[in-house]
Order: sequence, then C-alpha cells, then structure tokens
Amino acid sequence: MSQKITSYPGHEITSDELKEGKYLDIQYKFVPRYSWAAGVAISRFLDELKEGRIVARKCSQCERILVPPRMYCEQCYRPTDAWVQVRDTGTVNTFSISHVGTDARRLKTPILVAVVDIDGASPGMGILHNLGEVEPASIRIGMKVQAVWKQPSERQGAITDIRYFRPIEA
Amino acid sequence: MLESPKELSFEASKMALDSAGLTLKDIQSVVSGSAPDAFDGVHMKGEYYLDGMGAIGKPHERVYVGGGTGVFTPIGGWWNVASGMYDTVLCVAEEKMSPLHPHPQYAFWSIFDQILERPLGTTLLWIFSLEMRRYMHKYGIKEEEIAEVAVKNKGNAIDHPSAQLGAKITVNDVMNSEPICSPVKRLDVSPPSDGAAAVVLVSEKVAKKLTDEPVWLDGVGWTLDSTHWTNRDLAYPEYVEKAAKMAYKMAGIKNPRKEIDIAEPYDPFDYKELHHLEGLQLAGKGEAPKMTVDGVTQRDGDLPVCPSGGLLGVGNPIAAAGMMKICELFWQLRGEAGKRQVKKDARTGVAQAWGDLMQVGTVAVMRS
Ligand SMILES: [Zn+2]
Repeated sequence: MSQKITSYPGHEITSDELKEGKYLDIQYKFVPRYSWAAGVAISRFLDELKEGRIVARKCSQCERILVPPRMYCEQCYRPTDAWVQVRDTGTVNTFSISHVGTDARRLKTPILVAVVDIDGASPGMGILHNLGEVEPASIRIGMKVQAVWKQPSERQGAITDIRYFRPIEA
Repeated sequence: MLESPKELSFEASKMALDSAGLTLKDIQSVVSGSAPDAFDGVHMKGEYYLDGMGAIGKPHERVYVGGGTGVFTPIGGWWNVASGMYDTVLCVAEEKMSPLHPHPQYAFWSIFDQILERPLGTTLLWIFSLEMRRYMHKYGIKEEEIAEVAVKNKGNAIDHPSAQLGAKITVNDVMNSEPICSPVKRLDVSPPSDGAAAVVLVSEKVAKKLTDEPVWLDGVGWTLDSTHWTNRDLAYPEYVEKAAKMAYKMAGIKNPRKEIDIAEPYDPFDYKELHHLEGLQLAGKGEAPKMTVDGVTQRDGDLPVCPSGGLLGVGNPIAAAGMMKICELFWQLRGEAGKRQVKKDARTGVAQAWGDLMQVGTVAVMRS
C-alpha cells in the first residue's frame, strides 16, 4: 500500500463466523470421474512394474537413460530409441517426513517420502516414492535403497506395485 | 474475505485506476491472472470474474502459469503495450482460495502426475520439503538460517495494511513450530489467502502525460522447465536463472548484484526466497542464507528483500501475491511506501514469481 492511500477495502471473515452462519455460504460437492490413458511409454512402464521390473527409455543422441520413460527426448526433441531395463535399487536424492495428507489433514503416522535416483538410469533420474522399514531419524541423503514389491498376485500395473523403498543393508 | 472474486477484482482495479488518475473509459485492454480454477470451483474463472476486472466489451486475456501468474500478468500487459496494439492496459490478479474444503491444499493434489505420483498420496508440501532438504544438503545450510527469512518477512508485514500474518517472531518460534512436512515447519509456510492486486500499464507517451514520476517496466522474462521435477537439480532453480537473464538483458543490466537496488522474490516458503535470490543472480549458489543472517536483506540493508512482508507475512493469494510484489516495487521506487520504505535510494527493482511443479520462473525489472 502507498502512504497516499489511507483506507483500503475488504471485509475479513473467519472460519468460525462462517460455521456460526454469520454469512451465507453455499455448499457444493463436485465429484467428477476420469479414465486416463497412461500413454505409450507409461503403459509399458506399468506393465513391467507388474512383472517386478523397472524400465527406462534411452535416447541414443544424448545417451541419457530416462526414468520415468518417455517416447521422445525433450532435450534432443526426437523420438527415443530403445527400452532399457534398469535396477530396482537406487539412492535417496532427498526425503521428507510428511505429517499431512493430501488435503493437509494431520496424519497419525507420518508418510516417509523420497526422490530415489534409480541405478542404471542417467545421474539424477529420480522417481517419487515412499520409504519403509526405516526409522525416520535414520534416513539420510545418499542412502542406498531397494524396492520392496507387492506379491505378484497383488500387482495391478501401478506405481504402488512397489510398496516402498527400504535401505539396503551395508 | 467476504468479497467475491468479482468484488475483490473490482476493488483492486478501482484503486489502480484511481492511483493513475484514469477511469475505465481510458483503458483499452485488460489482462487478468488467476491460478487454479479448482480453488473457486468455477471453471472458466476468467470469464466469470470479467466484469469485476472491468473487462466487459474490451480485449481481455487471462494468463496462467500457476504460482508464477502474478508476475506473468503484467508481462502479459507488457505484450499488449510493447506490440503497439494498446496504449493503456489494466492488469489485475485475483485469487480466492478459501472456498475449497477441507483445505485449499487439496487443489494442488491434481497438479501431480495422475499415473505415477497421485497414487502415492501427494501433497504440494512434499515438493517443497524435498526441495528444501536438497538445498540444505547441497550447501550445508541450517534450518535456523532459513528461519531468518520468515522472521524478517513476517516482521516487515507488520507495516503492510493488507497483511494477514504480520508478526514479531523469533528463529526459535519457527524452529519450535509444528512439523508439517519435515524439514518444513508451520512458520516456514505462507498461509492460504483471498486477495486481489492491480496495476495500470501504459505506453511511454501516455505515461509522460499522466505523471512526472513514472515507474518503467524495463525488462521481462519467463521460462518453464518440464513437469519431470524428480529428474531436476532441486538445489538450484535454473528456470529462474533463465527468466532473470532474459529480463536483465532486456533492461540492459549487466551486473545484477550491483545494479539491482531492491528485490521482491517469491517467498511462499522461507527457503524459496533464498533459492530465488540465487536464481536471480543476486547471491552466489548457497550464499543467500548468509546474506540474510548478516542483515543485507533487511529494509535498511544493502539489498532489501521483500520489504513488503512477502507472501510469508502479507499472505499468499497466489496470483495476487505475485502482483502485490509488482505494486510494492512501484511504491518503493516512487518513495511512497511509508513505513515500509527502504533506507537506500532505490531506483531499480526486480520482482519474481514461481510455480507449478517447481518449473516456472517469471521476472520483471522495474525502474524509476
Ligand atoms: Zn536426447
């Protein structure tokens, strides 16, 4: 605000005032349903997860091995060339201990979340996932981890076919 | 706020027009900015709030790059004027986050990849905490150093009449606040807010008729990186660097650290101010925390940063928050910011916003 402006508009209201019905509010719930095509690259990626494997795409021009895989290299702007199986181990690039859920409600048990750089892919090719079988206080950047898979019969071709990543015993 | 998005837009637009000594009749085109429709639950928000924006019967465009929208809105206005199409453009940014329950955070769930990320129970706080952790790790930064930004900005906001969270707090208060998404704590974060902000952009010939003290929008820049955020260096915002270099080049700035007098970088979280100062080339990589601890970024320092109080103190009505920074530079560069006026004679300032999946940089250089 400028010192030239001496009064400014706006009426602040509190959530308590809303709850008490001091102001009229209209409630509405919108429940849409979607069916997403996973795409060419991610469909194959999900199929392979179902088999307990992580796959990448290689661009033979920049020689990067891309995870998550894509059918085109966004840097060279050309189609990628080949499927490459990478490992189900990796390194914790960064991590967080989340005390909140999707809608910011507080959780009783925190979620451990990390970006895991996947072994066999180009440096810095990480994916988002959860950590497990580890005390929050002992998680470190640089920690080696391995995927813990669901039983084959429970897998659905989803990112959650990996239950979480756990530290590899040194 | 009790005001509807239309009413918020009207109030901000009217104040901007009054400040410029213009009426809506004088305005040739309108550029508006607002972030996800999901907050309001009104799809086609740009058309909905149109009349509050003063845009009926005028060429109107809504620009949108997530949290980067606030600084992108005047950039959109700049296109209108610089192209030679219009001499007078009203630029309005509005956000009303309060309609969404149980928390506006919920809207951010749907910006994540729907196949690979959402099934993990994502919240936007994750990417901030992951980025903050990586930044701290790479440069050996302590949480206490980062907390200094929250202390400064909430303190600065006490002098802002529109502030939501102006307060005198200490580093200990930040450190002892509720762990939300470690290392992010309650007081590291800006609040959800409702608000609107507006400016009038005019061509050089009109500006000279309207005022003896114009503030020029001398450089603009914006770039985006991909949504593959887990493939990115999380310790340094390269897209902000690219946007800043584009804006500096346009403004003829060769040495930003010498030539920029005052900065309003995007600070939805305290570490983001530091991250962005580095991306804006105003601090070396990993050096912004020390600048803050040393007091360089205080209002009476060599490089005042977020003298407004920033998002951490004034509030974070997403698009309006970025535009609030443009407004703050306007007042600071004209020397009319009152209690918030920086000590040095500020002639050149930079405002920056950021957003989406850690991928957007929008930058504006302003001069008086
Ligand atoms: Zn390539």
